[in-house]
Amino acid sequence: MRRLKNLIENRLSRRAVLAGTVSAATLAMAGALTPSFAQDVNTTGLAVTEDTVKVGILHSVTGTMAISETGSVQAEKLAIEQINAMGGVLGRKIEYIQEDGASDWPTFAEKAKKLLVNDKVAAVFGCWTSASRKAVLPVFEQYNGMLYYPTFYEGLEQSPNVIYTGQEATQQIIAGIDWVAREKGAKSFYLLGSDYIWPRTSNKIARKHIEKLGHKVVGEEYYPLGHTQFNSVINKIKLKKPDVIYAIVVGGSNVAFYKQLKAAGIDMTKEKPLLLTISVTEDEIRGIGGENIEGAYAAMKYFQSLDNDNNQAFVKAFKERWGDDIVIGDVTQAAYLGPWLWKAAVEKAGSFDIDKVRLASPGIELTTAPEGYVRIHENHHLWSKTRIGLAKTDGQYEMIYETADLMEPDPFPEGYQ
Amino acid sequence: MFADYTWTELGSIFAMQGFAGLILFSVFVLMALGLAIIFGQMGVINMAHGEFMILGAYVTYLCSNFVEAYAPSFFGVYFFFAMILAFVAAGSLGALVEWSLIRHLYKRPLDTLLATWGLSLILQQAYRSIFGAREVGVTLPNWLLGSVPLTDIIEIPINGIFVMVLTFFIAIGVYFILFRSRMGMQTRAVVQNRVMAGAVGINTEKVDRHTFALGCGIAGIAGSAFTMIGSTGPTAGQLYIVDTFLIVVFGGAASLLGTIASSFAISQAQSTMEFFLSGSMAKVLTLLTVVGILMLRPQGLFSLKIRR
Repeated sequence: MRRLKNLIENRLSRRAVLAGTVSAATLAMAGALTPSFAQDVNTTGLAVTEDTVKVGILHSVTGTMAISETGSVQAEKLAIEQINAMGGVLGRKIEYIQEDGASDWPTFAEKAKKLLVNDKVAAVFGCWTSASRKAVLPVFEQYNGMLYYPTFYEGLEQSPNVIYTGQEATQQIIAGIDWVAREKGAKSFYLLGSDYIWPRTSNKIARKHIEKLGHKVVGEEYYPLGHTQFNSVINKIKLKKPDVIYAIVVGGSNVAFYKQLKAAGIDMTKEKPLLLTISVTEDEIRGIGGENIEGAYAAMKYFQSLDNDNNQAFVKAFKERWGDDIVIGDVTQAAYLGPWLWKAAVEKAGSFDIDKVRLASPGIELTTAPEGYVRIHENHHLWSKTRIGLAKTDGQYEMIYETADLMEPDPFPEGYQ
Repeated sequence: MFADYTWTELGSIFAMQGFAGLILFSVFVLMALGLAIIFGQMGVINMAHGEFMILGAYVTYLCSNFVEAYAPSFFGVYFFFAMILAFVAAGSLGALVEWSLIRHLYKRPLDTLLATWGLSLILQQAYRSIFGAREVGVTLPNWLLGSVPLTDIIEIPINGIFVMVLTFFIAIGVYFILFRSRMGMQTRAVVQNRVMAGAVGINTEKVDRHTFALGCGIAGIAGSAFTMIGSTGPTAGQLYIVDTFLIVVFGGAASLLGTIASSFAISQAQSTMEFFLSGSMAKVLTLLTVVGILMLRPQGLFSLKIRR
């Protein structure tokens, strides 16, 4: 053991020294090359030249989260390429610098600092888990950067340096529960989730709302990330006979959960109980297998099968760029919005300066979003519709309901905490 | 918490819960057998065990795609061939790894730990490069899905029965190989006294290679079977590795009987507690109990008495 420890320490110190040298070198270079033109649209020394502007893409392309984050990277690159093909932003082509967060939260913070301080990027599109966002948040606030964050998440956050392009919890949850209560006559709910902040906070909001409607929560359970044995909880569900299984299971556990649910004889197509999830997008269904999740409902803002012109063009472009067999989930679409929202804000502000882009952001509309119309709220989240999809055997959702109005984002819901 | 239910409901629940425990038991035995063979017989801690399992899962995935495309009429039975192929693939890779890596490190047990951990990272990245970072879905024949309804409430999952039967046969098979065959006799001789075994003409290097390949091959079968109940992705092996080590260490590293006993104890404890408490708490309590028992009995439940 002693030898092992020595070895690791040696490695570490050597690497630290190396990293120090490299970053010092890049710093010196960046200083020498800082452009002195393009002053009028860039008063703060960002990496903007007469014909280019640099942005960052910060996702995990290695490690456990790579499975989920790949789609976001593809969407952001596609959006940037399309914007460039249309002539860029304020006449400047976008160049991206991609960094790998490697599914490790300190690495995310380190890379965020590198992008902001060394590369001086004008915006960063990135992060996926709440943990990675929380890790980079202080960096973005200290060095005044702009982050476009694509994932639906638990809310309870509002930073001047982040635009949240996914839905926060209340948008996703309240519309979904209202719908099952109204349309399916659901009265009792079994809440289930993976054991970390997003499922726990979401279920808290769900429980409050269910009780406000006068209905009952008959069970609430959390399982460690990566848990693969759900037979006991499935037995409990059978015993309690809820109308709705409300599932927020994530990652590899998802696959195990739905396979075992089906094997245990719970046929979701019979809707006794019916299953409502906010965590399974088309991406996850590829791993689960359409036949194992057929009949489940999902409450989200986007499904690949949405039938509108924007979406058809988006899906077509996405498949042309990244291959025919690809699927597009909610988060991937939200990631695609990031570069477009940034472009609109920069053009409204007439400048790349972070402070001006921030001031210009509220009220920015996107009529070309694949999900339909979206608008940035004062609180940096998006007004968006919530939709209910029914899972089919081919791995796609069929949209069966959408809210009539845009749902107002409310990251700090009163009475729900 | 039972006041609201009738006696028949309670009876059904206990039956189903008992069955859930048995399925978990089979899963644990299947996961841990390969590791226990390698650890017990060779003293090598194979950190890449999970990745050998996932190799089996990917072989099953390839088989299912192949059969679906070229021989749909075989689809109902392809799973058996897939398991045999998984065994062969994982076993061959195991033999290759033993020959190229492990055999150079027998005298340095800590280094095998690092080397196999490195191997697990290499394999994960290889899967990611070949099959993509996303999880893949393995299509199963219909007869393996669904459940057998015994009464209105009791329903027995078919894949659970399948895993149980499979585990039973593999355990019997391992028993025969290790205790009733010439290869097993040689293996046990090498474990008891390597130098002496070599002196009476046993090719100890060959025995090592076969043992390692056997352990990896069984991991491949386990991975193939787990496509029915779990996920198939580059890092899915990591989901199993902690439980697997826990079982092997708790059971007593050198004893196959210990592995089975500890699988039984841990699976029953976990599935019972999961029913009465929440999932995370059940895990915490299980781990605490195991840690407590290991403090009192560091050698595990069963230990082999041999002269060192």
